[in-house]
Amino acid sequence: MRQFGYLLKEGVTSIFTHGFMSFACILVIVACLLIMGNFALLAFNIDYNIDSLESQNEILAFVEDSLPEEEARALYPRLRALDNISSVEFVTREQAMQNFISDYDDDEMFQEVTPSWFRNRYVLYLDDLSLMGATQKEIQAVEGIADVSASLELSQGFITIRNVVSIVSVILIAVLFVVSVFIMQNTIKLATFSRREEIAIMKMVGASNFFIRCPFVIEGLLLGLIGGAVAFGLQWVIYDFVVRHVTAGSLSRLVLVIPFDTLRYGILGIFLGIGLVVGTFGSNIAIRNYLKV
Amino acid sequence: MVLLNNVSMTYRASGAQAASGLNLEIRDGEFVFLVGPSGSGKTTIIKLLTGEVAPDSGEIEVNGFDLSRFRRRRLPALRRTLGVIFQDFRLIDNKTVYENVAFAMHVIGASGREIRERVPYVLKLVGLDGREKRFPQQLSGGEQQRVAVARALVNSPNLIIADEPTGNLDPARSLEIMLLLQKINDLGTTILVVTHEKELVNAFSKRVITLEGGTIVSDEMGGYYGK
Repeated sequence: MRQFGYLLKEGVTSIFTHGFMSFACILVIVACLLIMGNFALLAFNIDYNIDSLESQNEILAFVEDSLPEEEARALYPRLRALDNISSVEFVTREQAMQNFISDYDDDEMFQEVTPSWFRNRYVLYLDDLSLMGATQKEIQAVEGIADVSASLELSQGFITIRNVVSIVSVILIAVLFVVSVFIMQNTIKLATFSRREEIAIMKMVGASNFFIRCPFVIEGLLLGLIGGAVAFGLQWVIYDFVVRHVTAGSLSRLVLVIPFDTLRYGILGIFLGIGLVVGTFGSNIAIRNYLKV
Repeated sequence: MVLLNNVSMTYRASGAQAASGLNLEIRDGEFVFLVGPSGSGKTTIIKLLTGEVAPDSGEIEVNGFDLSRFRRRRLPALRRTLGVIFQDFRLIDNKTVYENVAFAMHVIGASGREIRERVPYVLKLVGLDGREKRFPQQLSGGEQQRVAVARALVNSPNLIIADEPTGNLDPARSLEIMLLLQKINDLGTTILVVTHEKELVNAFSKRVITLEGGTIVSDEMGGYYGK
């Protein structure tokens, strides 16, 4: 315990006595985490937008003309009970007509249109877009449903885009992670290399490997945590800046942005975690070669 | 005590035989000069005694540690019974004089009270009282070597090995360091000085072991280098 207090103090002091190398380590950790973080956030937002578009993709189930409105409404529980249905909404003939007319500017053109031209219908939203074909068949099988309209091609397009984005994101984030860890570890190795003479002296006066390694690991751990915390702060500022510009312009109607508040604990945890792991293991591995004297 | 029994060692990388059938005994409390030309095996003997390299054959015993059947994890324990002084001082630049010496005590787990008592005493012994807060770069060569001597001495080692301790010093500072080692020897610590400075060796009437080509060619009590 007595020694641990000394080693802790040595680790902390060392950050300041080797100020330049500490600064370089923190800078590299921050840069790597920011590159990785920005890309990951971009991927999350793309995914979020696809999610949103998917949720707007609906199936229309037209009720048989012969069924009066009351009987048409009675189909609701049966449709709601089907698998893969997230929500169901009943639309009367009158509402359907209004919706149709409101899509066009020229009211006069539709003066002759009456509700009887339309059918009572249900708008159904799905949990899983990839099962749209099977769900469509199940709806079709419900007695009282005359016809089902589903944009299978559109949903397939969404699924393809999501799969491509997911695969590309995972690969790029993985590559960036490996590259970042490599760069961070090499920076720590460089910092340790400049202190090999110090390590040799420690060995010569009878220091155990634990005694030598401990301050380096504490130092690496602290540098990693500082780097993670600084990167988190900068990530917040950058994300906020981009979001403000996206939501202020005309893009705001097309693009949805995940608020940073909902992501901040996750990002903080990941940044600190990566910083801690890279700092601790990086310094541990870097020092190993110099302990063989 | 140091005991070498028929020790041989060849560097694998270069194939050079650095020690060949060495037999040597240094008793507790002795002051010994180890001399010889460059490449004669002086540094190899230091490396063998500090456990930095292992012999190919033969037996080595240092301060009760049998290095022939030695495990590397026991190395710190061996080195805590030794004090080593180098030609280039090997001080930690970002530590003060006090911290450089205290550091060796932290290594062995000494308490704060022990350190506060022992370090000033040793610094006074080597003539560095009043220099505690200075950094190595603020000291002269002779003073830096005194810090190295203090560090070697602070844990009361059985044996101090000095590898060319005066190599970077002028004659006056060299003599001071040798007198300091003599003083430490008088207090009971065994001293082994590796050097090639004839004048210094000749100025002290001590045991002189001469090496050539990895073998001991002379071992004389009160002998003179180059006689």
